Amino acid sequence: MAERDDAHITVRDLTIAYGDFVVMRDLDFTVRRGDIFIIMGASGSGKSTLLRNMIGLNEPTAGEVLYDGQSFTRAEPEVRQQMLQRFGVMYQGGALFSSMTLAENVALPLGEYTRLSEAEIREIAFLKLALVGLKGFEDFFPAEISGGMWKRAGIARAMALDPDILFFDEPSAGLDPISSRQLDDLILELRASLGATIVVVTHELPSIFAIATNSVFLDIETKTIIAQGLPQDMLEPGADPKVRRFLTRGEDEQPARSTHG
Amino acid sequence: MAEAALKRGDMAVSRTGDGTLVVRLRGAWTLGTGIPPVADVERALLATPKPTRIVFDLADLGAWDSGLVSFVARVGELAAERKIPLDAATLPDGLRRLLVLAARVPGQKGVRPAGPPPSRLARIGLLALAAWAEILAMLEFLGQITLAFGRLLRGKARFRARDFWLLVQQTGADALPIVTLISFLVGTIFAFVGAVQLEKFGATIYVADLVGIAIVREMGAVMTAIVMAGRTGAAFAAQLGTMKVTQEVDALTTMGFSALDFLVLPRLLALCLMMPLLCLYADALGVLGGALIGVTMLKLPPATYFQQTFHAVALSDLGGGVLKASVYGVLVALSGCLRGLQSGSSSSAVGDAATSAVVTGIVLIVCACGMFAVVFYILGI
Repeated sequence: MAERDDAHITVRDLTIAYGDFVVMRDLDFTVRRGDIFIIMGASGSGKSTLLRNMIGLNEPTAGEVLYDGQSFTRAEPEVRQQMLQRFGVMYQGGALFSSMTLAENVALPLGEYTRLSEAEIREIAFLKLALVGLKGFEDFFPAEISGGMWKRAGIARAMALDPDILFFDEPSAGLDPISSRQLDDLILELRASLGATIVVVTHELPSIFAIATNSVFLDIETKTIIAQGLPQDMLEPGADPKVRRFLTRGEDEQPARSTHG
Repeated sequence: MAEAALKRGDMAVSRTGDGTLVVRLRGAWTLGTGIPPVADVERALLATPKPTRIVFDLADLGAWDSGLVSFVARVGELAAERKIPLDAATLPDGLRRLLVLAARVPGQKGVRPAGPPPSRLARIGLLALAAWAEILAMLEFLGQITLAFGRLLRGKARFRARDFWLLVQQTGADALPIVTLISFLVGTIFAFVGAVQLEKFGATIYVADLVGIAIVREMGAVMTAIVMAGRTGAAFAAQLGTMKVTQEVDALTTMGFSALDFLVLPRLLALCLMMPLLCLYADALGVLGGALIGVTMLKLPPATYFQQTFHAVALSDLGGGVLKASVYGVLVALSGCLRGLQSGSSSSAVGDAATSAVVTGIVLIVCACGMFAVVFYILGI
């Protein structure tokens, strides 16, 4: 794949595995600066595992991940640490620290990586929480808020250091349609206002069509990427039927099933 | 039909002239009433000459549910193995659809690792390999902790002071009631057992020596450590295990925090600092427990008892005990944190981690206790 000037994240010949069990192989794609990049695929296809490999929680078996042309996979621990500070990650379950209030959760990385005073940190934490619509909940503990609020608080914490890249692991999983829609809107707004590159792992079709500017489709059978690009283009005739079936909730398959069923 | 519905299901297998196997089902075929075994049909299927096809006669069939479906599916499988066609035409419509549904997705091959279970010898080998991997993991953890400790001394380790003070409270003050109970009782038990023996020689005053030396040198530290392994070690494993399940450990890592610095170091330090204090407290309570027996049962004057205790117990005994307590504290914290961080991502894995933390903690304490005994003996302390 040709290197582009605006390439922000480059994944090169990545093979990911758990022990001997290969999850995905030969993954090759580029995320451009400012993209909302969707990693999609069926449950169990290794979407979240790919994300874990991209942010260094798992080590790939082969290949590498580059940020701004600099290898993350092969970086020394200290360099990696610095690169990590430019990432914000929102985990599937929010992963809020249950012993800290929402404000303290957001303030944790701020206290560590900035030279701000305590009052300033608190102010910024309040601002980030206000941005995700959690004004007034600053001193609540995670156990005292609802599931949708957990996710928002997770986003606020991911944004704490104004990262270049935001990673979202299944942001709308377990949310009702309205909350899910509001989360999509929030992601779009964040991209517009922060100018961050956003990588989202999801299989929620409405979200995919609403926010994606680019995507890859992981196929569980061939264990690699079978489609790349704008999800809308994957619906065109001539696109991979497997991807079309996924993006149409299997509607394409319906006539075929009735003939042999 | 009405009476047939109430009767327990049974069947009759017969063959017609053209080799058709007719399975006649009668009565209720439900999970509640019980389903006859498939063996009769199987025998008829195996008979020579081979039946040409199977037909179900359901004229007298009463109520049916999944019990019948599973029976017919099993017969279908057996028939398919022997390549005998099954005539589904007489089956109820709903049942036929359920059979189609069950057969739609063929069994996935290669989902489970194939091959027979390993032989006894191979299992012993696998156990040995697992044990070796376990030892390596522990040593690696110890090495990482040492590095983290180095970072702490250079002022580079990062954790929240508030977390640390909270842990100090949890592992220190909050543990006082149970430590009080256990060490006081151990003191009285020692005194009681000693008194029965020493009374025969009229040397009851030496109960004070016995209790003082045993508690201060060994039992104060060991009993406190065992209590803390069960109380605090398990709690550490459960806390860290849950943090792994909820991805909080991952979140720390991607924020650039070392989970070792942030989670393990404060726990290690808190226990390492609190254990000597708890041990001193346990020593005092143990001696007090001994004194209770000495004064009430043996009628020794309290002043004499304490005088005798101070006379018997050397400062080196006390120092040795406190040193041991500190080491046991490190062991309890290490095993709790190690098991917590090793925990898998499920609720049962967290339970296993807590159990394993207590077992590992106690094993390490006992091993360390033995080593201290040898070292102190050689050094003559």
